[in-house]
Amino acid sequence: MSGAGNAVALRSGAIARAAIYAVLIVFAVYYLLPLFVMLVNSVKPLDEIRSGNMLALPEVFTFTPWVQAWSEAQIGVEPTGLSPYFVNSLVMVVPAVLISTFLGALNGYVLTKWQFRGHRIIFGLMLFSCFIPFQIVLIPMARILGLLGIAGTTWGLVMVHVVYGLGFTTLFFRNYYDAFPSELVRAATIDGAGFFRIFQRILLPSSGPIIVVTVIWQFTNVWNDFLFGASFADFDSQPMTVALNNLVSSSTGVKEYNVHFAGAILAALPTLIVYIVSGRYFVRGLMAGAVKG
Amino acid sequence: MPMRLRNQIQDLLPRLVLSPSFVLILIFVYGFIVFTGYLSFTDSRMLPSFDLVGFTNYFKLFGLRHWSTALGNLAIFGILYIVICTVIGLGLAILLDQKIRGEGVLRPVFLYPMALSFIVTGTAWKWFLDPGIGLEHVMHLWGWESFEFRWIKDRDMAIYTIVIAAVWQSSGFVMAMFLAGLRGIDNEILKAAQIDGASAWRLYRRIVIPMLRPAFLSAFVVLAHLAIKAYDLVIALTNGGPGRATELPATFMYSYTFTRNQMGVGASSAVIMLIMIASIIIPYLYSELREKRT
Amino acid sequence: MAFLEIHNLRKSFGDVDVLKGINIAIEEGGFLVLVGPSGCGKSTLLNSIAGLETVSAGEIRIAGRPVNDLHPSERDIAMVFQSYALYPNMNVAENIAFGLEMRGVAKAERDAAVAKVADMLQIEPLLKRRPGQLSGGQRQRVAMGRALVRDPQVFLFDEPLSNLDAKLRVDMRTEIKKLHQALATTIVYVTHDQIEAMTLATQIAVLKDGILQQVGSPEEVYSNPANVFVADFMGSPTMNLMPASLHQANGATSVQIGAVSLPVSEPSEALRAHAGRDIVFGVRPEDVTDVSSADRSARFIETLECGIDVVEPTGADKFVVTRLGEKEVTARVRSSERIAPGDRVPLAFNMDKVHFFDPQTEMRIN
Repeated sequence: MSGAGNAVALRSGAIARAAIYAVLIVFAVYYLLPLFVMLVNSVKPLDEIRSGNMLALPEVFTFTPWVQAWSEAQIGVEPTGLSPYFVNSLVMVVPAVLISTFLGALNGYVLTKWQFRGHRIIFGLMLFSCFIPFQIVLIPMARILGLLGIAGTTWGLVMVHVVYGLGFTTLFFRNYYDAFPSELVRAATIDGAGFFRIFQRILLPSSGPIIVVTVIWQFTNVWNDFLFGASFADFDSQPMTVALNNLVSSSTGVKEYNVHFAGAILAALPTLIVYIVSGRYFVRGLMAGAVKG
Repeated sequence: MPMRLRNQIQDLLPRLVLSPSFVLILIFVYGFIVFTGYLSFTDSRMLPSFDLVGFTNYFKLFGLRHWSTALGNLAIFGILYIVICTVIGLGLAILLDQKIRGEGVLRPVFLYPMALSFIVTGTAWKWFLDPGIGLEHVMHLWGWESFEFRWIKDRDMAIYTIVIAAVWQSSGFVMAMFLAGLRGIDNEILKAAQIDGASAWRLYRRIVIPMLRPAFLSAFVVLAHLAIKAYDLVIALTNGGPGRATELPATFMYSYTFTRNQMGVGASSAVIMLIMIASIIIPYLYSELREKRT
Repeated sequence: MAFLEIHNLRKSFGDVDVLKGINIAIEEGGFLVLVGPSGCGKSTLLNSIAGLETVSAGEIRIAGRPVNDLHPSERDIAMVFQSYALYPNMNVAENIAFGLEMRGVAKAERDAAVAKVADMLQIEPLLKRRPGQLSGGQRQRVAMGRALVRDPQVFLFDEPLSNLDAKLRVDMRTEIKKLHQALATTIVYVTHDQIEAMTLATQIAVLKDGILQQVGSPEEVYSNPANVFVADFMGSPTMNLMPASLHQANGATSVQIGAVSLPVSEPSEALRAHAGRDIVFGVRPEDVTDVSSADRSARFIETLECGIDVVEPTGADKFVVTRLGEKEVTARVRSSERIAPGDRVPLAFNMDKVHFFDPQTEMRIN
């Protein structure tokens, strides 16, 4: 993704270049439009949205919708706003990301530097698990969570996200460590370092980029998950996405579009910030997730 | 400790370290697949039952109007989603590859929707496409009184609004995949083609685009499996409505299993989804992992 | 008793036999070079000595101690890798000291050892740098430093010079030789470069397809190659090898190459037994020369009028290509000889140094 453009570009006149820029800008507007709509309408009073132009800047500027979305809006039965669910998501995301990344790193290390008979089939099985439609596991998972006594809890969701994130984290680290020179492992073996010491002293210090990629990927996926949250969370463990959907699609009362938009931005904010701060790594994760093997 | 014993422990260690993850995957993925597969052959309704009833659920499933709607919708949504994302993604990638000033700004703008939750995307588009306050309303205010755009309320057209929102979310990602492919092409090949006198159009049609084959394949696999799994976006945008007009297999499975208490039918629909995805993913993974072998 | 002994070593990956019963022994302070084309098993053999590969059968002894079941770190060996394998996250000093640290050597002692090695290799100014900041030659030195600091019983080198450019490679070759002379430690060295093998080794072992073709001093291997493969592999330009037949008439033996016949003087018993049969005839380019360059100490020189096809000046010498029978033959002549393609010139064959091989077994006929 990095680097300058192709040395051989379309040889084109000024008009053609202007057309290219025009097309690119039109698409930029298309991609930015929904974000713009959410932003401007989240700071308008409700009647200005109803009677006014959705694409216009606010005439009356107000932060009330944000306050309402955060701490007052009716979610389900309680007028708590989204804040407790934001916290639920955080409490769920952090351990889920850390555990799955750590296990993925160890798995990638074993699958590349300590290969044994059958390592390929094991990796294949783990990789396929990234793609299964999760509908196929919903029914038994509900039962198992119940049997383990963690149904409806944040820990239950953490476990679910760790399990179904393992395929991807393993894939990321496997591909990264595959390119890591095996001679370094041999050198360290002769130097007398064992399995864990080699991992800790030789591979881990060089794993910064892939750790960032994996953490971002897992963070984005777990934060944005809806299906597992909707299926396995109780009211007091619901993640942000589920709460937002409850807020937006609740059929009772007046539709407070401005609050919905403010809530949507709140739900998008953590992943958006991660994307803005480290977009490069985000893209690398997407690529690694798409181009396998 | 005797050398041999210590060496044996060292030999076993990697397997020991891998085993927790592998056991988790084995149970929670493959065990669960078997379990759901088994349920699809039972008369489970609200709770799992273990009484086998053969293929009854599958016959029932394919007799249901909702399921045929879901499959029809998946065909419309899947084809349009894949084709439009690919066209836009490839087009933008080629344009961005023309030594564009401001590429560093445009690329992240094209790509940021991928970082958002489908629930957020659905919320934004739900109100933007709402005739009462959204696009139609805006056009009326701008003086285009006859403008009408109420697909999201239209049983026949609502599925296309899902395509619009989904394309918005994923096309930038496809762009990034093609751009990476373009940047990976050996410049000397392009120089050679230019020396051979290929025009820009021919250069792309005859040399560049054929060389992007792997990117096309990856894009297809990723988009196809996302289409089959599409759930959150439908819930947020239309909640399967109006009526059940935007039902997709994923929403079908959920509602039949958990709200209509037809677990057997729900399980069989999940099995069908798995078969659809597996028939795309397994050949792809197989070929990708095989190539690595050499 | 030899210092490093390898007995009937076998190694298979699945049903592929990579090493098929290797027997080598080397005395203390020896410099054994394992040479052969890629895929011949030389690196596998080295890794087996290091303990990085388990062996399928056979025994390895270092200083009389069987090491088959010992972990690589317990074999008292050190290894220099082709890619140098410097730990990218540690600086040079930490790289060199890592092995000592793993063995629980105290910090002060480690520092002293590092300083001593750095002095020996003249890399003190680099000690605080990361491997990424070093040139190829500097990395090579650090890699050697990491091996030296351990003061092992055996050094293992895995194609250590193959990543260096041509000039640096020659310099480092000389340094390794000096180092060996100074330390007198036993070395096993893998390379595919036969010149490296010739210049460094006290013993050369030529491998092909997991089978040891010949072991011996560089002179032995070069002058008395055991078979066609070794003859062809060692030496640059390669030995001229051509199909021929051996004849005996009136008590005189001669070798017939196409239309040309060369008398063979003092044929051995084994050679005479091949009279009337096809053989492979070999002669090195330096043993086919212009008449004035012919080896004066040689007892039998045969001169043949030859047509020249190609002339390749190298500066020091000229190599000219002629034809014997259907095969091209390269000869080495003085660079001052004025020879042009198309000329016919007399070439002197040093018949003391010709080689005969059995075409079926490809083995040398003595």
